Amino acid sequence: MARALIEVLNLEVHYGGIAAVKGVSFAVEEGEMVCLIGANGAGKTSTLKALARLLPSRGEVHYGAERIDATPPHELIPRGLALVPEGRGIFARLTVAENLAMGAYHRSDKAGIAADLKRIHGLLPRLRERSAQVAGTLSGGEQQMLAIGRALMGRPKLLLLDEPSMGLAPLMVEKVFEVIRTVAAEGMTVLLVEQNAKLALELCARGYVMESGAITVADTSTNLLADPRVRAAYLGE
Amino acid sequence: MDILLQQIINGLTTGSVYAVVALGYTMVYGVIQLINFAHGEVVMIGAMVAFAVIAALAGSALPPAVIVLAGVLAAVPACMLLGYGLERIAYRPLRHAPRLAPLITAIGMSIILQHLALLVWGRNPIAFPQLIENPSYGIGGAAISGVQIAIIAISLLMMGGLSWLVYRTRFGIAIRATAENVHVASLMGVNADRVIAATFVIGAALGAMAGVMYGSYYGIAHYTMGFVLGLKAFSAAVLGGIGNIPGAMVGGLLLGLVEALGTGYIGDYTDLCRWPGAAEGGWMGERCADGAHFVLFGSNYQDVFAFLMLILVLVLRPSGLLGERVSERA
Repeated sequence: MARALIEVLNLEVHYGGIAAVKGVSFAVEEGEMVCLIGANGAGKTSTLKALARLLPSRGEVHYGAERIDATPPHELIPRGLALVPEGRGIFARLTVAENLAMGAYHRSDKAGIAADLKRIHGLLPRLRERSAQVAGTLSGGEQQMLAIGRALMGRPKLLLLDEPSMGLAPLMVEKVFEVIRTVAAEGMTVLLVEQNAKLALELCARGYVMESGAITVADTSTNLLADPRVRAAYLGE
Repeated sequence: MDILLQQIINGLTTGSVYAVVALGYTMVYGVIQLINFAHGEVVMIGAMVAFAVIAALAGSALPPAVIVLAGVLAAVPACMLLGYGLERIAYRPLRHAPRLAPLITAIGMSIILQHLALLVWGRNPIAFPQLIENPSYGIGGAAISGVQIAIIAISLLMMGGLSWLVYRTRFGIAIRATAENVHVASLMGVNADRVIAATFVIGAALGAMAGVMYGSYYGIAHYTMGFVLGLKAFSAAVLGGIGNIPGAMVGGLLLGLVEALGTGYIGDYTDLCRWPGAAEGGWMGERCADGAHFVLFGSNYQDVFAFLMLILVLVLRPSGLLGERVSERA
């Protein structure tokens, strides 16, 4: 077995007195694609935000050989950890090109940045067409593409994706997931949070099911897709 | 003399100073939604430091241009340090406090700085020694002085430089990204503390220059000069749309023009003796005899225009001329 790129032990997140994440533990190995599924309010987004240090948390987060549960958020991307936040989080008043440039903000290898931009333009041609356009004027799907492209500009080792299908038309969801599949096929480690459990499990090798702030089931996607509890609760059967 | 052209020249001069000061308010607001009410005092300190250095060197054998430059070179870093200190000591600890707390702190810092200046430089104005000749040039029936030309040119240069920094450089993109979403910007590796401190330092550097220019235009620097200047520049920032950089520039110039034109004409238009039917045997006949005047509002009402304009903007277009988002928070 490959070594874990990220390992989370007893992660807790509290909002005031309310516990949103109640001691979850999981791991993602290098090159793996893992999903975290569950209903709205199960604590999935809080978990990702805590990993990216946007929320205070308790518990341990090991990233490679380091502990990153007390690292300031801006020091994570230089270590290779990128989050595509829920609701995309693009800079609406910046142009598409400026958004992509922000993705590579921590890098100084000009040639590498230019090469990555070319690669991302190849992967997401719409972003090249709309380079000079203000990002707030893009469609929802294009904004999601931009958010993913921007994260890739940081050349991450671990990509955390929070609800990339949210608010998108089915055709657009298909395209976004195609991009994620391509990126993962190139060897990127991905942790995907999704409400659309079927879509997520079809894409990932393994999954964790989260309920009321705790992980209740952990298994391979094939088993989860066949699990009657999962089918009843998340696959609408 | 052409009053209209003259007032436009005067208005562009003060207006460009307002614009430069307004940038300090708007940049900080854009990034942390704080109205740094101590900014006017930073401008004042800039003028005081420069004038103190210039006054101390005035008797020396140094060439006048070097003396003025020494004043500026002392004021700018002093204010940058002050801007950084304000952010670090007064505002950063309150970053996550309720919004009223940093606002009250800003007013407190403003009072503290004013009184520090009073302690250091006393209550009498420091006069700007007439080191460099200030020639006057006639254009189209009006006059423009060397100081006015310098103020307008330096202000435009600084505005151009800031625009280049904010819209053309990597760090500028980071500033705008942080202004839009500090959390997502931090995911990109932007250290928000550094960006916020930078906006204070840049604003203070601009403020120091503005203080020196404003002081040399009127020939004096005084510990209270930052108050009204600060309020006017703040009005200019709101006029253009607070948080919006081109807005602060447009707002400053416009405010200067309105103020100058208003001041130039208010005396004439509120002179009852010039009203038709009032003099020449009318109801004001006796008082207006022998070409006398009866002015209701003279040019001492100068300060009214800036605040009238602020009120009008707040009523008619709260987001300002170029502002896109109406702030519900300030």
